[in-house]
Amino acid sequence: MLFPVLLAGCGVNTIPTKQEKAKASWADVQSQYQRRADLVPNLVATVQGYAVQERTVLTQVTQARASATQVKVDASTVTDPAAFQRYQAAQNQLTGVLGRLLAISENYPDLKSNQNFLALQSQLEGTENRIAVARRDYNEAVRDYNTSLRTFPTIIWAKTAYSSATPMQLFQAAETSQAAPSVSFAPAPAANSAPAPRAPAQ
Amino acid sequence: MTARGRPVLAAVLSLLAGLLLWAAAAVAAPTFPSLTGRVVDDANILSPQTEAALTAKLEGLEAKTSRQLVIVTVPSLQGYEIEDYGYQLGRAWAIGEKGRDTGALMIVAPTERRVRIEVGYGLEGVLTDALSTVILQDRVLPRFRTGDFEGGVVAGADALIEQLSLPDDQAKARVAASAEPQRASNGSVPTVVLVLVGLWVLLGLFGTITGRPGHRMDLWMLPLLLLMMSGSGHGRGGRGGGFRGGGGSFGGGGASGGW
Repeated sequence: MLFPVLLAGCGVNTIPTKQEKAKASWADVQSQYQRRADLVPNLVATVQGYAVQERTVLTQVTQARASATQVKVDASTVTDPAAFQRYQAAQNQLTGVLGRLLAISENYPDLKSNQNFLALQSQLEGTENRIAVARRDYNEAVRDYNTSLRTFPTIIWAKTAYSSATPMQLFQAAETSQAAPSVSFAPAPAANSAPAPRAPAQ
Repeated sequence: MTARGRPVLAAVLSLLAGLLLWAAAAVAAPTFPSLTGRVVDDANILSPQTEAALTAKLEGLEAKTSRQLVIVTVPSLQGYEIEDYGYQLGRAWAIGEKGRDTGALMIVAPTERRVRIEVGYGLEGVLTDALSTVILQDRVLPRFRTGDFEGGVVAGADALIEQLSLPDDQAKARVAASAEPQRASNGSVPTVVLVLVGLWVLLGLFGTITGRPGHRMDLWMLPLLLLMMSGSGHGRGGRGGGFRGGGGSFGGGGASGGW
């Protein structure tokens, strides 16, 4: 009768608890990225109405969104380094081109004063901020969980009862994706439709 | 000797690595002003009269809607972005009702010339990013640009209070909350319940392993017993005279602006 109580007391629940918390934070990261992906078509349509000559960037954004939403995510994504890397790279790619799109929009006064665009822009900024918070919360939860897999006393349970529990992957802070999009004050390259250098993929 | 020492060494090393990781995670947080009231004017840009008037309005808002709004001015962001600083401040102060996260902050950093409306999880549907931007751009920033900090803060607070008092939007907020069900599981479940649920599951497992239904019933009673015991000893501390956060949390909603 007392045995389960003692078991609970010496940390048998620690690993599942932390794992669930990390999984919940992962779900949050995903939903914020999804929210961003949902904003993109509307944003592209709005920008297109004012800056149709920026076809290169608009296409890049649409493509980056498509590849970001096509990355298959399942339960193993968070423990598989390669799959996690793919997910992160696709999302960072979208971050990069969206930053460029917003930077370009600075060159179009009509677009900048469009109410719909302003609303979309603030939602996108808010979403990027939520993504940053969600990623940080996720990293914190995962660090906590991974630590419990490797430290005493929980390592005892990690090696026995939860031997299938594997460490989860962390988001790496990519320098370029953390920086706010820089605003160029150079005159609008309106007639110049030469393909701009692609945003570096992280 | 070496064969024996190795696992011990490995264990010690992993422990150290874990501690280092934990320390690294703990270090990266700014220091915050103390929550002295609903208006925390650490940058000294508000007159005592304005502070008192704002406090009264904010009290009225909480009495009416149980939503907490706090106005804070800081002399320095300590090198952090205001977005980064804001949500951590909101979490540190735990503004908003616990579990419903109905808190919001208006943060002014005159030194960095930045202002932010930080919105708790539960108010994101009522106080959207777009609306927060509009409030900042139309009401607050024009006044800040002319040096009228007090006017800007009051105008922003009035706009926020007005929006947060609207009864129609409660329905809207509920719709938004139901659209994002994962919010509820985000750290708002008390650990006691988590531990008990874990114990419950474990007991269920034990029951199936031993395969004796009669025995299983005894074991299933145990968590209930524990719950009752913990419940009796878990009296909530009464509210003192001072103002404090209700236990809400923040996830980066809102908008910022500069002047």
